Amino acid sequence: MAKASARAKRFSIKEQPGFTAIALTCFAALYAPIIVLVIYSFNSGNSVAVWGGFSWRWYVAAWNNALVQEAATRSLVVATCASLGATALATLAALGTTPVRPYRGQTLIYAMINQPLMVPEIVTGVALLIFFAIIKVATGYSGLLYLIVAHMAFCIPFAYLPIRARLEGMDLALETAAADLYATPWLAFRRITLPLLWPGIMAGGVLAFVISLADVVITELVKSAGQETLPTYMLGQLRRVITPEINAISTVLLGISVAIVAVVFAFSRKES
Amino acid sequence: MPPRSLDTDVTDRDSSLEQQAVRRSWFLSAPALIVLVFAASGPLLIVLIYSFLKAGPYGGVVWELSGDAWFKVFFQRDIFDETLSLADAHLSIVWRSIQLSFLTTVLALALGFPTAYFIATRPQRSRNLWMFLITIPFWTNLLIRTFAIMEVIRNEGIVNTLLMTLGIIDEPIQMMFTNFAILVGMVYVYLPLMVLPIYASLEKLDFRLVEAGYDLYATRFKVFTRVIIPLVKPGIVAGSILVFIPALGAYVTPRVLGGGKNMMLGNLIELQFGQGRNWPLGAALSMTLLAIVMIALIFYVRGAQREGAGHG
Repeated sequence: MAKASARAKRFSIKEQPGFTAIALTCFAALYAPIIVLVIYSFNSGNSVAVWGGFSWRWYVAAWNNALVQEAATRSLVVATCASLGATALATLAALGTTPVRPYRGQTLIYAMINQPLMVPEIVTGVALLIFFAIIKVATGYSGLLYLIVAHMAFCIPFAYLPIRARLEGMDLALETAAADLYATPWLAFRRITLPLLWPGIMAGGVLAFVISLADVVITELVKSAGQETLPTYMLGQLRRVITPEINAISTVLLGISVAIVAVVFAFSRKES
Repeated sequence: MPPRSLDTDVTDRDSSLEQQAVRRSWFLSAPALIVLVFAASGPLLIVLIYSFLKAGPYGGVVWELSGDAWFKVFFQRDIFDETLSLADAHLSIVWRSIQLSFLTTVLALALGFPTAYFIATRPQRSRNLWMFLITIPFWTNLLIRTFAIMEVIRNEGIVNTLLMTLGIIDEPIQMMFTNFAILVGMVYVYLPLMVLPIYASLEKLDFRLVEAGYDLYATRFKVFTRVIIPLVKPGIVAGSILVFIPALGAYVTPRVLGGGKNMMLGNLIELQFGQGRNWPLGAALSMTLLAIVMIALIFYVRGAQREGAGHG
């Protein structure tokens, strides 16, 4: 009798045989290569497979490498400009596209905003390469603006989605209440809507920054000669013998992304 | 795009207010749309035009209408006797891309579904932690994750070094620069894209239905295939699309792990703008890739509408 009830207890309706094992293997497999990569960034030897002892050597090497410095600065400039621009534009678009009723043309706006998510990056990259080549010939300008505008465009949907989600969860009656109390639309926006929307804007901006910082494909195709960002610099290093310097740069980039995402994640959990 | 029907029984005042709202909507969206037209949809049109032009001798185009590029995507002319045959070099890469992306999707589903299920059946508190662990790789640099896989499977990498130190193998197993490497890499980098939508569907799953299935003497297998899978289908379809599309257009992973011999469509396209110097051909190949992606998306949207469910 006791045995039977113990067996009954063990039968869980939620359990599926083998799923836990597969899931845990997946988590291990997702993290093991990254952990190995991080560990070998501290290798004192030249190899990314043979451990020679702990050292900061490759971090120092990367820090003092003029090419890395230049690429890192460019990455930060592009990501900062692109994410700020994309967030501002996405905020306006989110405010515009959260109406009470559906209207004609709404689908078109959505399709356009989300286009960078649907079209393969390589196709967007090629399109920009061709288009910017025409402009370069016409204007003679070959500076960093091309990269910034390209990044801004594909960052817009990433900034738009969290802002829009925040806006949909907001009580729009508050804005109406402000208007009833004779607040001008601008005052109501600044004092009511904007503060409420701020967490969404921050999340959108930060995610746009992360996405811009990580981009390889579009940057590789759009950049003019000598305009390496950190990811394209790293991709270029593939042709050479790989040293733990790449691991050191990767680890720093990983650290930045993880920290940013952790903050956004913690924030959104607290909010909800 | 199906035209949306507006409510007809609105009063004049309402409709003028509504028109104002629509105008406001376009006005506020305009700055973003201008940037997107300039740096996303507009350039796509130029790609389409370029695919019908003649290739310039050193890259670029000659402004002359020509079907050469599209012809070259599918056919080739023998240099000696001018006979036509299918363009093996291109079509085999297209075919390989489709095969590898399909396999990637299947493997990611086989691994991602149990993972999502595992997370969805955890208690609420630890669920957030597991979700965080899936989200982190999703937001980290794809290039870095591909590097990480490369350092594991290289000839001098950790797997081969370990196996040789243990004396299991005498010489390294060549894994890099094979289709296998690309497959492993793509499953690795795209797995989170499969887990996230399936989890979103599973989270909404009402386990009382599962219980009802067991109460009606269904076996575990029956409950799984007849109750759980149909209910989570929108998530499975969304996840598969989210993995298949970027896999098909993958550039970084096949370049790093596949090398020059195991190209995918993305690498073939890039080649036309680098060493290949055939921009119209590159443009035509880009449009081919875009067409395949759009077909996949249309199937997805149709399916989602038929299901009457959201995007999961």
